[in-house]
Amino acid sequence: MSVLTYLIPISLFLGGFGLVAFFWTLRTRQYEDPKGDSERILSDQYDDHPKG
Amino acid sequence: MTVAPAANGLTPAASSALPAGEAEHVSASACPACLAAPSAEALARSGDIRGARIMLSLPTAHCAVCITDVERELSRQPGVRSARVNLTLKRVSIDAEPGVEAAPLVAALDGIGYEAYELDPGLLSATETDKRGRDLLMRIGVSGFAMMNIMLLSISVWSGAEDATRDMFHWISAAIALPTVVFAGQPFFASAWAGLRRGRVNMDVPISLALILASSISLYETAHHGHQAYFDAAVMLSFFLLVGRYLDYRTRAVARSAAEELAALEVPRATVLREGAEVVVPVGELVPGDIIRVRPGGRIPADGTVTEGTSETDRSLLTGESLPVYAGPGVTLSAGEVNLTGPLTLRVTAAGKDSSLHRMADLVATAESAKTKYTSLAERAARAYSPLVHTLAFSSFLTWLWITGGDVRHAINIAAAVLIITCPCALGLAVPAVVTTASGKLFRKGLLIKDGTALERLAEVDTVVFDKTGTLTMGAPAPENLFDLTPAQFAIAAALGGASSHPLATALAAAAQARGIVPAVLDDLREVPGYGVEGRLDGAILRLGRADWVGAEAGSVTATHLRIGTEAPVTLRFADSLRPGAEAAVSALLAQKKRVLLVSGDVEGAVAALARRLGIAEWRSGARPEEKAALVAEMTGQGARVLMVGDGLNDTAALASAHVSISPASALDAARTASDIVLLGQDLAPVADAVRISVQARRRIKQNFALSALYNVVAVPIALVGLATPLAAALAMSLSSITVSLNSLRLK
Repeated sequence: MSVLTYLIPISLFLGGFGLVAFFWTLRTRQYEDPKGDSERILSDQYDDHPKG
Repeated sequence: MTVAPAANGLTPAASSALPAGEAEHVSASACPACLAAPSAEALARSGDIRGARIMLSLPTAHCAVCITDVERELSRQPGVRSARVNLTLKRVSIDAEPGVEAAPLVAALDGIGYEAYELDPGLLSATETDKRGRDLLMRIGVSGFAMMNIMLLSISVWSGAEDATRDMFHWISAAIALPTVVFAGQPFFASAWAGLRRGRVNMDVPISLALILASSISLYETAHHGHQAYFDAAVMLSFFLLVGRYLDYRTRAVARSAAEELAALEVPRATVLREGAEVVVPVGELVPGDIIRVRPGGRIPADGTVTEGTSETDRSLLTGESLPVYAGPGVTLSAGEVNLTGPLTLRVTAAGKDSSLHRMADLVATAESAKTKYTSLAERAARAYSPLVHTLAFSSFLTWLWITGGDVRHAINIAAAVLIITCPCALGLAVPAVVTTASGKLFRKGLLIKDGTALERLAEVDTVVFDKTGTLTMGAPAPENLFDLTPAQFAIAAALGGASSHPLATALAAAAQARGIVPAVLDDLREVPGYGVEGRLDGAILRLGRADWVGAEAGSVTATHLRIGTEAPVTLRFADSLRPGAEAAVSALLAQKKRVLLVSGDVEGAVAALARRLGIAEWRSGARPEEKAALVAEMTGQGARVLMVGDGLNDTAALASAHVSISPASALDAARTASDIVLLGQDLAPVADAVRISVQARRRIKQNFALSALYNVVAVPIALVGLATPLAAALAMSLSSITVSLNSLRLK
């Protein structure tokens, strides 16, 4: 069962990494306009400089 | 349209309402202008440079092309620093130089084919609600993370981990679950506590109890090397319930902010003549006897008698009359009418509390207080649910205490299992999931639900009352017999029409433009307020205006008259143009077997003609505001559920007293505030869709209640006899939540 000693920390770390990433997306307000963001990728206007 | 002065004077508190991309700087920066021009930050901090933030609603935007079109067109306008479209909320936020007004931007968007309405930029409340939404999302994220990790450990335990391994897994679960429950459960704890303090048991009390009981029992069991721990159940419970809570919150927040921000276009100020000088004062400071000036295009701020000047006034929003009314010395005008052609000077006869406008507001207040409070399906479910759950859990505790002869640990375990199993995961999702789906569908069709229970009320409607002017019609006249004009006459009429802001004249000019007629070049073009427009061409006097002034025969229909030199005058008839989708909406409602009525303050001829055209059998003309409200109240008294659709001040009381109400975005503030649903676009057809979808939505909500009741009927006996395991609880909980969500998505 010694495998658990590093598998559990790894799984917790990966989960925690996802959680931190989620906090970052929240703080940078990436959920304000989901519909607009999904449409914006269709426009070539922002290819070089992603707008906002 | 005018911009409220607040647009130029953003308070620091409003500064956190920033477009998405600039959010990283929120904490560092004190005002929006600093973000647009960081180099000017120091100056800006001292308050010297302030940008204008303008928000426009874009009801017709729907695709990538719309975004780029709108943003490109707006950035081309002078003074605009940047513009960003939010497609989810269908609005664009514009960062502009100080002093830039919304009206030219709206006109520019109109020019490239997008409807736009100004929104109130006082974004303070929107920022506030934003914060709450993000807060809920954060809690969902945390409990989701915890749920996944604990579930991994729990599954190992269920598959046979034993002794020290099981204890370790339980301890790790506890280390994740306890902080999560404390953090993620806060909305429930707070609401339950608030309810208890006021002596009411709401839905959050059993939820909080289940969360606390499950966590503490599991902790106790873990400490005593027990076999079963409910950590996963506690966290899963908070996850599903938070999702429901968030959906519910988002529907309301989106609707509320947009509805609140639909601009307050009128600045409540009046120009008063005091000792020969013009002074601008708040309307509230007007007293009878004051002499006030009202410019063409302005709204009359108080009741008064005209002392100087001639003009015509548009009182369609007050009375529903579609024809402008002559105003000259001695004529009495009411607050709320719009002055059309010439400047007027009025002696105030009644202001503030005594004015006719305020009497209308009183009428609305009375209507609102007379309306019985609607109890939503969710409230009714919660009312039946909480006592039942508590009784069940408590009696199972007592029963097991008696059976086992005083084994408190076992009895509490059973009671906790009952609380967890009955906990309203599915119940918490049943209403918000459906309402979110339905209001999302309606929003895409151009309808904004301001109130969550409006959908439920809409589903019960059996009678629909329409207002005429501004609701079924556009409230703007369109010429009917242009074929009576020769091209030369048309060109002259277009030139004369273009010189006035009278609705008939502008309609004529717009019609000419639409048909590609180039206006003739005239000399001495001048407007004679209250009468019409006059000009000269090759020495001949040209007149467009009232019958008696032009020398024509006055008719009974809306018309203007054109006379060229000594030729016989030509009469141009006008009809109020039908709102797009009006016919479709009325016929669809009739097909749904609803009773449809047309009630208007306009004259009999116009109302009857429109009713005939739309196939409405019941109509009433010349109805005053209180009569409209009384009619609605009378029908309600006879057991009818009335949907009122109206836009004017004269409809406001009727809107407030109806079971549910809809008003177009072009309606007056007061009407929009009083109504439950706002129609964002021009098209009226979604009204019938809304009724259909709401009926469907209510059916789905009831199905969802039935589903979660069914699941309880199966699972509760298992818990009561003490056979519920954490695995069974987890399975049943997630299965029922997923079934309910999927069922909500079936809404078409």
